[in-house]
Amino acid sequence: MRRLALIALPYIWLLALFLVPFLIVLKISLSDLALARPPYVPQWNFGDGWDALKAFFGSLDLENFVFLSEDDLYWRAYISSLKIALISTLITLLVGFPMAYGIARSPEEWRPTLLMLIILPFWTSFLIRVYAWMGILSKEGLLNQFLLWLGLIGEPLTILNTNTAVYIAIVYTYLPFMILPIYAALDRLDDSLLEAAEDLGCSRIQAFWLITVPLARNGVIAGCFLVFIPAIGEVIIPSLMGGSGTLMIGKVLWEEFFSNRDWPVASAVAIILLLILIIPIILFQRNEQNQREAER
Amino acid sequence: MKRFSWFNATSLTFGFAFLYLPMIILIIYSFNSSKLVTVWAGFSTRWYGELMQNEDMLDAAWATLKVAVFSSTLATILGTMAAYVLVRAGRFAGRTLFSGMIYAPLVMPEVITGLSLLLLFIGIGLDRGILTIVLAHTTFAMCYVSVVVSSRLTSFDRSLEEAALDLGCSPFEAFRLVTLPIIAPAVISGWLLAFTLSLDDLVIASFTTGPSATTLPIKIFSAVRLGVSPEINALSSIMIGLVTLGVISASLISKRAAVARAKDEQAAAGA
Repeated sequence: MRRLALIALPYIWLLALFLVPFLIVLKISLSDLALARPPYVPQWNFGDGWDALKAFFGSLDLENFVFLSEDDLYWRAYISSLKIALISTLITLLVGFPMAYGIARSPEEWRPTLLMLIILPFWTSFLIRVYAWMGILSKEGLLNQFLLWLGLIGEPLTILNTNTAVYIAIVYTYLPFMILPIYAALDRLDDSLLEAAEDLGCSRIQAFWLITVPLARNGVIAGCFLVFIPAIGEVIIPSLMGGSGTLMIGKVLWEEFFSNRDWPVASAVAIILLLILIIPIILFQRNEQNQREAER
Repeated sequence: MKRFSWFNATSLTFGFAFLYLPMIILIIYSFNSSKLVTVWAGFSTRWYGELMQNEDMLDAAWATLKVAVFSSTLATILGTMAAYVLVRAGRFAGRTLFSGMIYAPLVMPEVITGLSLLLLFIGIGLDRGILTIVLAHTTFAMCYVSVVVSSRLTSFDRSLEEAALDLGCSPFEAFRLVTLPIIAPAVISGWLLAFTLSLDDLVIASFTTGPSATTLPIKIFSAVRLGVSPEINALSSIMIGLVTLGVISASLISKRAAVARAKDEQAAAGA
């Protein structure tokens, strides 16, 4: 009896507040926009009986999805989200790998402190970390003042409200997610392997590419997915850092909902976003599973 | 004894400068007396004073704190139960669905979680406010808690629990006297994670809140959309300071605990 209660409580909570809401999104994505409260039809009440239920399902259709496929705004937003997420993941890797490597090769007594310094920004507010860049990248911002002072540029650059600012913010905020799994992989690496390679005539650089990189592979893959997956659906960064030319699907969904109040289209956008995310999520989980099996 | 190589020292210096300079600059400029945020006009604590007078901001901070305390506590209870079910309950009908529902929210984009919960709250006619944000935060945070706690549950020796049961404990007593003390560090870090996630959340709170409740991130977001403001700089500096203090003291406490444990083990081995 107690076991049943133990299972039932979290189970029912998740059913009611995760699965059911998700089914509602699916249903509304198949409904039509209406000038009513709530602003969609059809609606259905338990009391209406079987015929009403049949009519209800009869009036659901894929109209919103057809609309999404015809309006190229949505296509472009999906493609551009994928592109932005991909490019920023690669930059994060380029910045993160040397840092993870540096920490893994640092003197032992330094490592806990260095790791804490990587994790600390993760505990500080995401919004504030994005905001911190606004004062630096704006037209009168510190970066422009600095570059002008150096004489590298003649007039201030426009960085804020462009895709460049979006890349900077994504790399900045997601960097710990890249560093930690790579560090974990590098930390397990047995130094004697590198010594053996060098004894056998490898140069240090050869040993790095032949031993370190292949053994860090799972960490690199995990880090890339941990950046790539959330970056696709990012809302805050494109709203604060991006400009009118920055198209990201999370922002489109947000605006479709809050500005246009088109719930059915917003729901359809959400469903497609999820379908796009399923592929990287499955690949990520496969990588995690491989890693666990390799550790056994 | 290993030392920093030239290459590693350089990449770490640049890396940490990249991570920390923006925050340090933000803190420095929070003490700028000018309203023009990019022009330095001398040291002043004026913006901290104005922040303390800002009733709206203080109300929002209070609401955020309430939401975070309630939702992280609820999430810790539910998440620990869920972890226990995942690791210890064995097979039961719908187990796959259950573990799916635990892991899915971790990868679900916030916009979708927020949208779906809002549609549910409207569907059942629940007034939106503090309560709905608490429900929403509890739901996604309990998944994080259960991941943290279940990794601790899988790694500890089950025979300890069995010994307690053999010695006449009821299952609940065994949990309270044996399991809970062992998983306590994971439960505490789960609570801290849930608390921070809730404090930090903008997207889900924006969807699930109503006119009666505004949280700090919502307030900050609507202020900074219009550009940089010195008052927000001051607020951000306070938040960064509090987190830094918290993280440093937590790591000192856990270090001290580790040292004490090592000493105990040594004493036990010597006896």
